[in-house]
Amino acid sequence: MKTSDLAALLNEPACEHNAKSKSGCARPTPGATAGGCTFDGAQISLLPIADVAHIVHGPSGCAGSSWDNRGTRSSGPALFKIGMTTDLSEQDVIMGRGEKRLFHSVKQAIDRYSPAAVFVYSTCVTALIGDDLEAVCKAATQRWGVPVIPVDAAGFYGNKNLGNRLAGETMLKYVVGSREPEPAPVDPARPHLRVHDINLIGEYNIAGEMWHTLPLFDELGLRVLCSLSGDARFREIQTMHRAEATMVVCSRAMLNVARKLRERYDIPWFEGSFYGIQDVSNALRDFARLLNDADLSARTEALIAREEARLAAELAPWRERLRGKRALLYTGGVKSWSIVSALQDLGIQVVATGTKKSTEEDKERIRELMGEEAKMIEDGNARQLLNMAREYHADIMIAGGRNMYTAIKARLPFVDVNQEREHGYAGYQGMLTLARQLARALENPVWEAVRRPTPWKTLRGVGHG
Amino acid sequence: MAEVLGRSKPLTVSPLKTSQPLGASLAVLGLDRAMPLLHGAQGCTAFAKVFLVRHFREPIPLQSTAMDQVSSIMGADENLIMAMKTIAEKNRPAVIGLLTTGLSEAQGTDIHRVLKTFREQYPEHHNVRIVPVNTPDFSGCLESGFALAVQAMIAEWTPTAEQGGTCPGRRAHQVNVLCGSLLTPGDLESLRDLIERFGLNPVFIPDLSDSLDGHLEAEDFSSITTGGTPVSAFATLGDAAATLVIGPSLYPAAELLESRTGTPLHRFDHLFGLDANDRLMMTLAGIAGRPVPGRLERQRAQLQDAMLDCHFLLGQARVAIGADPDLLHAFSELLGEVGAEIVAAVAPARASVLARTPIPQVQVGDLEDLEDLARLQGAELVIGSSHAVDAAERLKLPLLRAGMPQYDRIGGYQRTWIGYDGSRQLLFDLANALLEHAEHGVAPYHSIYSRKAELRQEANHGAPQAFAHSDRWH
Repeated sequence: MKTSDLAALLNEPACEHNAKSKSGCARPTPGATAGGCTFDGAQISLLPIADVAHIVHGPSGCAGSSWDNRGTRSSGPALFKIGMTTDLSEQDVIMGRGEKRLFHSVKQAIDRYSPAAVFVYSTCVTALIGDDLEAVCKAATQRWGVPVIPVDAAGFYGNKNLGNRLAGETMLKYVVGSREPEPAPVDPARPHLRVHDINLIGEYNIAGEMWHTLPLFDELGLRVLCSLSGDARFREIQTMHRAEATMVVCSRAMLNVARKLRERYDIPWFEGSFYGIQDVSNALRDFARLLNDADLSARTEALIAREEARLAAELAPWRERLRGKRALLYTGGVKSWSIVSALQDLGIQVVATGTKKSTEEDKERIRELMGEEAKMIEDGNARQLLNMAREYHADIMIAGGRNMYTAIKARLPFVDVNQEREHGYAGYQGMLTLARQLARALENPVWEAVRRPTPWKTLRGVGHG
Repeated sequence: MAEVLGRSKPLTVSPLKTSQPLGASLAVLGLDRAMPLLHGAQGCTAFAKVFLVRHFREPIPLQSTAMDQVSSIMGADENLIMAMKTIAEKNRPAVIGLLTTGLSEAQGTDIHRVLKTFREQYPEHHNVRIVPVNTPDFSGCLESGFALAVQAMIAEWTPTAEQGGTCPGRRAHQVNVLCGSLLTPGDLESLRDLIERFGLNPVFIPDLSDSLDGHLEAEDFSSITTGGTPVSAFATLGDAAATLVIGPSLYPAAELLESRTGTPLHRFDHLFGLDANDRLMMTLAGIAGRPVPGRLERQRAQLQDAMLDCHFLLGQARVAIGADPDLLHAFSELLGEVGAEIVAAVAPARASVLARTPIPQVQVGDLEDLEDLARLQGAELVIGSSHAVDAAERLKLPLLRAGMPQYDRIGGYQRTWIGYDGSRQLLFDLANALLEHAEHGVAPYHSIYSRKAELRQEANHGAPQAFAHSDRWH
């Protein structure tokens, strides 16, 4: 990958990180880093495409330690869950046999698994030794008649975020626009309903949470033409260019895709979130607004009113249990405020929130929600997070799985809100799941048990003191 | 005895292999106040960290030199020096394990030279012990990476008898134990108890049972390991009465220790089953100069009884196994003792032990190979990590989870497999897995002359009306 191409991607004009003072894509410090690489990011973005054979072209470290560890779910094919790698040997590296092995690997995957397409991911070693991924993929496509897509996102190109963008860029370059969608099927119950086509970008269907929002879209007559990439199929990615509106879900990472879909195909887009009642309602309203359909707007408002009323009733007992609890939130970007509003909906007081990947605009939203005194955590290593939890008397930490064992080792209740989690919190229904998980964490009797001192040590203390 | 078949296809599907840097990291995590540092891109560390966190359900200290595009091409020595400096200042570890990856090896970094430069530039950090290990992930597997790290630790920290002034037997009760990656923290705890029963004092190299045994510390947080073998222990190895090594992958490290210190060496391929544990008892009794404690004799008798109880099920049972070479070999011998047959064996990489594994063939390959072989050979049971769950489901066979990772179970890291008692439980579990899945007896046969299948009354589970009301009953 050319340095100039990488620089262009890092300069995503739609990303406020580049306009405002703080850069979310800063270079990591050797010896004090956390987080994944560009390959990791690319894989996160594309792996959920369920009917594709995902081949990692590199030595065993890249796929061997990472396959089969994501919470993303598919409603159909499970091909994406099968880890595939060229697992290069020392001889392959020294003798330059990587390309040849890759070429035959593609054939092997096609012969045995009949994938809709093959995605080939470059890695550090294959990028360093100069394997020509694009040439191999082109030759393989021509030879076997199955789309073979090169995803040139080697780990050392940079951080995870860049990998997300490269993944999106790859889809735009090779896949989007290569097929026309079928007409939407007519719902016999509503034969005259005007159906709109939409895209979701950055929705990964973690723990199946997209299935909380999909019924809402169905009810409104919005066909999700393509989700990039939760529960997606290759053929859906091909048709993204025909959507009438795009939502970028909770992520700055693939803004480039939304922006280019507007530039090239005139598809309007907005950024939103499915976390918290307010945000779900806003997202639905934003679609109605962009689609400019009065009937849709009316039906959207009716749905929102109904769902909000239902939720208010169903959440009432949970709010009672959670009221006044103090939470320390540490998560990135948009989620730094979208989850705040979700937690506040539940009556929880958010004492501090992480703003590592947040823009000035995000921070403004935080101040709106949490007041001018809102405590923001710029860069929270584990030690700092625990100190802060103590200082602000937090009852619970809400963060990514990486911090889970840090919190519970410190005997602090924890709820996971990132990638690896096992529960879906999106949509109206997701709020109930979130409430249940928070109560489950907070109310468990183990907290008292693990804080209890060793009895004979206490006795000795009493005896001698 | 086994014929080792090389990789048979270009693409690896459902990888069985976990990389060398991860194995080396694991070994370093068995040292006290340690930080493993991977010289590579951020992902090398991030993936390994997630893997280990999910297996052990513990926070895992692991750092990266964060190589990027420029340093990958122009040289990353500065990254490495800066990383060591940052860790020394920020985390104040006693030990840094400096481990290479595929990226830094392909680039051709000379970590030994860079380490020397670091020592010259930052004499203030001379207290931090640093062990450099070359662990490219295009060679070997978890087990070999672990072994390379242990060997490097001994090379670095155990002086020769002359240099260190050590003398075998000076510490008459000390027994060095080099613990291969096939042992879990639970195994090590059990082994410690066992050795202590002989009045001996074991020094484990490395000691995962003191760092990753999953215990709750009084302190709320540490950025480095809070237990494990202290580096100071390496200097005492030459004074021990004997060295035990468990796992063939560690034999080269053990031989290095023997040649440096002259401490008598006792090799154990594993501690599964009757034979291996009998040898262990005899060896420990010999070192301690005292008889085998009665409690252990009782456990031996319990294992023998379990072998009898299980032999109905395990005799000629057809087993498929995918595991690193040492573990695969250990299972082969254990299953051999109870008359089971390994009909499909896959290892992620070659190792010399496989040549003497008592089965006909071992395939170097992946879990797809294991699935295909198991199907072809009519296996009845699969042994493998959590990665083998899907394959076992497709095969409709029970899975005994062994090796790493074990994502979908809690406590896999803690299980005790070894000793008479661990082996007994293992036989029970193997037998029970077969029992639950077994198709008992002969399949029902419907005679062409019988009308059983047609008579729907059968479903009523009662005597036919005509019979109940017949005048046979008075």
